[in-house]
Amino acid sequence: MVHWSAEEKQLIASLWGKVNVEECGAEALARLLIVYPWTQRFFANFGNLSSPTAIIGNPKVRAHGKKVLTSFGEAVKNLDNIKATYSKLSELHCEKLHVDPENFRLLGDILIIVLASHFARDFTPACQFAWQKLVGVVAHALARKYH
Amino acid sequence: MVLSGNDKTNVKGVFSKIGGHADDYGAEALERMFATYPQTKTYFPHFDVSPGSAQVKAHGKKVAAALVEAANHIDDIATALSKLSDLHAQKLRVDPVNFKLLGQCFLVVVAIHNPAVLTPEVHASLDKFLCAVASVLTAKYR
Repeated sequence: MVHWSAEEKQLIASLWGKVNVEECGAEALARLLIVYPWTQRFFANFGNLSSPTAIIGNPKVRAHGKKVLTSFGEAVKNLDNIKATYSKLSELHCEKLHVDPENFRLLGDILIIVLASHFARDFTPACQFAWQKLVGVVAHALARKYH
Repeated sequence: MVLSGNDKTNVKGVFSKIGGHADDYGAEALERMFATYPQTKTYFPHFDVSPGSAQVKAHGKKVAAALVEAANHIDDIATALSKLSDLHAQKLRVDPVNFKLLGQCFLVVVAIHNPAVLTPEVHASLDKFLCAVASVLTAKYR
């Protein structure tokens, strides 16, 4: 089980309280597809991903980004039980979606940059540490049921 | 990973916007790297790595200068950073994984201070550039 200090929990919860999940989720997923274009391989049925503008404006990308970040919220609510929280999703990503777990790390790093751009100086080094730890734990949990 | 004409323009644009703040960005990127990835401190046992450290500030200036140099010679980063590449291969031998960590922190610093500059396209170009620099610095490792 991951150990979270009281400070880390506070930093995570207080930032999450200010996150616009729909906007940040959409932006994070769009940036993933733009910065690491090979990740588009999982979204062949999303329609037009031919340019950054197309990706940013793509309604399927926005909707899926919102879905992904909403799910992230479950981790924030269950910091002491992230493994169990993502058990089924891990199986899904392995057996049905066939997503290389490296992609979870890539998305996590992108999310950090999106948060940094929105929260600026409030995204202190301590905050970055806590959140980088969280995205790592989530990525690990999502990869845990792979076989 | 090859830098396109657009990538080069985007990267030069970022550094021109950063201007005289490059030194501070270098220092802050290092500070954040030490805070976020404590294992990176193992390469600096001889440093005071606490926030605000004069040694970290000075080292951040060196890191920033190298990035600026690479951006100014973006058509041939390998030549521009050749001496640094030798240094990292022969003396420093920083494990290649750590360049990604510093790169991530540099992007965070740019995002914090210049969110409007870091559009998704510029983000992509800057990320590619940082990868290219890391590639050059580790090219002679073996």
